[in-house]
Amino acid sequence: MLTFDQVSKSYPGGFIALDRISFELAKGEMAFLTGHSGAGKSTLLKLISLIERPTSGRVLINNVDLKRIRRSQVPYIRRDIGIIFQNHRLLMEHTVFDNVALPLVIEGFTGKEMVKRVHAALDKVGLLDKVRCLPETLSGGEQQRVGIARAVVNKPPLLLADEPTGNLDPELSKDIMRVFEAFNQVGVSVLIATHDHSLVARMRYRTLTLKQGKMINDGLLQYEEPL
Amino acid sequence: MSILFSGRAAGASSRQIHPLQRWLMFWVQHLRQCIGSLGELWRTPLASLMTIAVLGVSLTLPTTLHLLVKNVQSISGSFTQAAEISFFIKDDATDTQISTLVTMLSADPDIEQVRFISKSDAMAEFQQVSGFGQALQLLDDNPLPHVILVLPRHTQPQAAEQLRRRIEQERIVDFGKLDIAWLERLDAILLLMRQAVLAIALLLLTAVLLIIGNTIRLSIINKKEEIEVMKLVGATDAFIQRPFLYTGVWFGVFGGLLAFLVVELMVWWLEGAIGQITDLYQSHFTLMTMSFSEFLALLLLSVLLGLAGSYISVSRHIRAIEPSGP
Ligand SMILES: Nc1ncnc2c1ncn2[C@@H]1O[C@H](COP(=O)(O)OP(=O)(O)OP(=O)(O)O)[C@@H](O)[C@H]1O
Ligand SMILES: [Mg+2]
Repeated sequence: MLTFDQVSKSYPGGFIALDRISFELAKGEMAFLTGHSGAGKSTLLKLISLIERPTSGRVLINNVDLKRIRRSQVPYIRRDIGIIFQNHRLLMEHTVFDNVALPLVIEGFTGKEMVKRVHAALDKVGLLDKVRCLPETLSGGEQQRVGIARAVVNKPPLLLADEPTGNLDPELSKDIMRVFEAFNQVGVSVLIATHDHSLVARMRYRTLTLKQGKMINDGLLQYEEPL
Repeated sequence: MSILFSGRAAGASSRQIHPLQRWLMFWVQHLRQCIGSLGELWRTPLASLMTIAVLGVSLTLPTTLHLLVKNVQSISGSFTQAAEISFFIKDDATDTQISTLVTMLSADPDIEQVRFISKSDAMAEFQQVSGFGQALQLLDDNPLPHVILVLPRHTQPQAAEQLRRRIEQERIVDFGKLDIAWLERLDAILLLMRQAVLAIALLLLTAVLLIIGNTIRLSIINKKEEIEVMKLVGATDAFIQRPFLYTGVWFGVFGGLLAFLVVELMVWWLEGAIGQITDLYQSHFTLMTMSFSEFLALLLLSVLLGLAGSYISVSRHIRAIEPSGP
């Protein structure tokens, strides 16, 4: 499904954010991406969503080399990837409904079908009662969940999440993780970047660990009893 | 169709819907964006009003000049009809010679009308018109010649000139005078005015294009955040552009209507003043206003300007905005 082949990324100025990363994520697999702040987690996700291009190496999704994707094709690639952003990235002047409906409107949905899908997505993250609210009137955690609903509303085969539990208390974090698990169980590949070691260890999924741009661990993380 | 996942149903087009329904949905979406961008104008009323006002006022000037040229042209048209030739008769001509010539001219197929003005009639008229009545009475001799006024059947300057040359050959005719020089001058002035209108219009319209482009640029910058988000969830540039293009079209519609209203108001106001003048001259001149096709042309021009202005801006600035990511 997702393949990184000796991928390096250096930012203008010569800073090496990713150094020869190789891994593979199977179809329907769920994995965590961890590492210290500045390790390169967001950079890795940006390479998948074509926000950045690799300096060397290849990124493949479903055996399609992203190098071959032209600028004009990028929007269509992004429609196949659900992305949850570190800083929500909601349209603040539009209602929760409009925010979640955006990917559908872009794809040409109208009317009943659109409403049905938006309500289903909001139901999954438990925000059906906030449909008509503006994002500003929601808590940080609720905004995060609106972002999740938007990412999954058009049922993408690949889901990327950057710190999806950053603003949530442990209880809510667990709920959100359940939502991801539920998507994973219907065959969606999920890659979650997070700081939250205890959560990662407790969930017992494959974990990719970055350190200063290098992959230092690929597999299960030891479970550490939280203090 | 998805590029990455060949089997994946992509978007609304994947569902089993009738082509007609899909076609309808396409237009529904356009209509929605069109009305949505009208709402956008309403969100920043001051900036929108300013742009519409600039567009309206800029269109008012060329439109007014165009109407002016059109009216002057119609006046000069009515003058051409009345091009007369005056033949001055030699002093030594006898009355019989003159009356023979008048009869002969009246029978001429090229001539519409002949009028004889004797030297004493001319003097009386001159005294009345010039206001030199007292002074002229001091003259012991009438210095004015007899005049025969001829109205040619063919009023084009060339035909009239030919007629003048022919009749000038008559023995008792001193010379003929065809007053078309001022007509030619008027034509030249009209041409100049038309060119001036064109030049001014071009300059103003260029300014308008830039102003609309700038307004749209500002609203794109204001929505940078929103545009980035749209790009991140897979919106194409064309999709993001559309509301801004519609905004340009709305600017055009309202600007054109404003220009129309201002011009109509001006004509209505001028009509009073012109009525007084034409009453003095006892002429039946009525001011020509904008015709319906001219109104449509104005509106079309305005809408095209709005669209072009926003397109210039949109095509550059929306492409330049790239999301910086998660
Ligand atoms: N656009 C950029 N230009 C230059 N350097 C960048 C850019 N984006 C990221 N970096 C650098 O690349 C490194 C990795 O950044 P990245 O955002 O991937 O880290 P991260 O693992 O997501 O960190 P965090 O957990 O704090 O979000 C950082 O040191 C950062 O300074
Ligand atoms: Mg990050």
